[in-house]
Amino acid sequence: MSGSPFRLSGPGAIGYVGWGILVLAACLSLVVPFLLSPYVLHLIILVLLYAYLSQCWNIVGGYAGQLSLGHALFFGTGAYTSTLLFLHYSVTPWAGMLIGACCAATLGLAIGFLCFRYGLKGPYFALVTIAFAEMARLVALNVTVLGGASGLQIPLHEGAGAAVFQLSNLSAYYVIYGMTILSVLIVNAMRHNSIGYFLLAIREDELGAEAVGVNPRKYKLVSLVASAFLTALGGTFYAQYYLFLEPNSSLGIGVSITFAVNAIIGGRGTILGPILGSLLLTLSGEFTRSLVTYGGAGVHMMIFGAILMFTCIFLPEGMVPTIAKRLNPKRTC
Amino acid sequence: MDISVLLQATINGLLIGGVYSLVAVGLTLIFGVSRIINFAHGEFLMLGMYLAYYVNAKLGLSPYISVLICIPLFMALGAVVQTVLVNPVMKGPQDIQILLTVALALFLQNAALRFFYPTVRGLSIRSSTYSLSVGNTLISFPRLAASIAAIGMILALYSLLRYTGIGKAIRACSEDREGAFLAGINVGRIFAVAFGIGIACAGIAGALIAPFYPLSPFTGTVFTLTAFVVVVLGGMGDFLGALFGGFLIGVCESLAAIFIPASLKQVVSFGLFVLILLFRPSGLFGRKREWLTV
Repeated sequence: MSGSPFRLSGPGAIGYVGWGILVLAACLSLVVPFLLSPYVLHLIILVLLYAYLSQCWNIVGGYAGQLSLGHALFFGTGAYTSTLLFLHYSVTPWAGMLIGACCAATLGLAIGFLCFRYGLKGPYFALVTIAFAEMARLVALNVTVLGGASGLQIPLHEGAGAAVFQLSNLSAYYVIYGMTILSVLIVNAMRHNSIGYFLLAIREDELGAEAVGVNPRKYKLVSLVASAFLTALGGTFYAQYYLFLEPNSSLGIGVSITFAVNAIIGGRGTILGPILGSLLLTLSGEFTRSLVTYGGAGVHMMIFGAILMFTCIFLPEGMVPTIAKRLNPKRTC
Repeated sequence: MDISVLLQATINGLLIGGVYSLVAVGLTLIFGVSRIINFAHGEFLMLGMYLAYYVNAKLGLSPYISVLICIPLFMALGAVVQTVLVNPVMKGPQDIQILLTVALALFLQNAALRFFYPTVRGLSIRSSTYSLSVGNTLISFPRLAASIAAIGMILALYSLLRYTGIGKAIRACSEDREGAFLAGINVGRIFAVAFGIGIACAGIAGALIAPFYPLSPFTGTVFTLTAFVVVVLGGMGDFLGALFGGFLIGVCESLAAIFIPASLKQVVSFGLFVLILLFRPSGLFGRKREWLTV
């Protein structure tokens, strides 16, 4: 394909080696958790959770090329919806998860419809998504039913199917593990389907795509709704796993940035990118957090910010495409 | 509802609006010249506040004098940021540019947390509590001083951009980079100068509000978001638009705080922001150009 003007192989292809690694890792990871200490298992759960969430972000931010910095809105919507249903009506988190996801998808539909109908792109789209998420955060901070600034405590509850999330790290691990695999399969299916090609076409050249008959508005909307739905599922997992929900850590701009950063640093528009990004950033985050005792509060995020700036300057495409180029310089991805 | 309450709120809104304008003018200048949306803008304002605080605490100087220290210091800082961090990504994808300034914001915020501690501080000088009473309304002296000084700075910057050689070069760069380059303008240096001036606006605004605004490492975020709202309202890259937008948002927030809880007042400006972006993306004044207009 070298020299071809078409980008059919696309930056999303991960090749046989990539798939081999994924399948191997998948098999290993079914067995390994029995052998690990609870803390290591907790770390792995975090890595998987953020890999999942960044993969969801990747659908709209990576493949469709629409930089959303407000995904916390969908995450928080999922978390708050299922938590409120659980607290007040004892609805099982499994059902709450889906209801929350539907709410988030509706929000995504509304926001996407407005933004794409009026042709908001690039930084403008990013700013609107920030504005919506910030409005939601401010409302959550001020509404008593939502727990206000002090947040919501989720009681341990053996019934209602919640025990899976709450009582042991091991079962929570399998849940988030399944969700991560699901997200990879969905994104992969999307990529090899016409919609994946349409999204790539829209990202690379929206006018050109429109000229050959792709409806950019429709496909961008589909990608945002799908991404919102899946992100909200992760929100419910987060709430049930931590048993605590608070506006700043579930709806704050920092949450949205985390999703985006993992995917961008790993390589947006690739399947391995968000996973690799989450692995590196979550683990290095946990590591630098342990430095706080020596350096004082703030050091951990200072290092994070510095790493991020460094990556922006030296690896603007993200790790996966850069590595892929090194391994196979002929391919035009 | 007493009419004097509304009047008081309007006055307060106009006073803080001047400061919003100064912050937004800096943001719009940076955007107009280098097309970078500076997500770290509010963090520089926060640094300006800390500068004023420490100059006052260690040297006993008034925050209005620290404005004079702010100008060269923040211009140099801005020039360094532009040259070292922003320049390498200027030709890169837009989301990387946004991410870079977001990362810078994170870095500065947490550096402040590390070195200045999370304590919420207040800078109090003798004139902090002075106020003029006009009719039934009170005009607080530090707010008035901040607003007047901010407007003075904006006017000075306006004349700089409009009537001096360097101003002309900045405008030329924003309108047509290649053209400016071919005409012999050192484009890279102009970018650095423009970024420096933009950052200095935020820093000065920080020093000016220090006497009446609580200070913590997280103060900046609110101002970054407010500055976005103002800039979008006035039209991105529109200098005078940012000036009027600042007053408008100041008054809107201040009036909204009468009717809804004060902590929710920002919802109003975000709502306004979304509406403007959707229905008047070129700003209230309907400009069609993308570059800096003075």
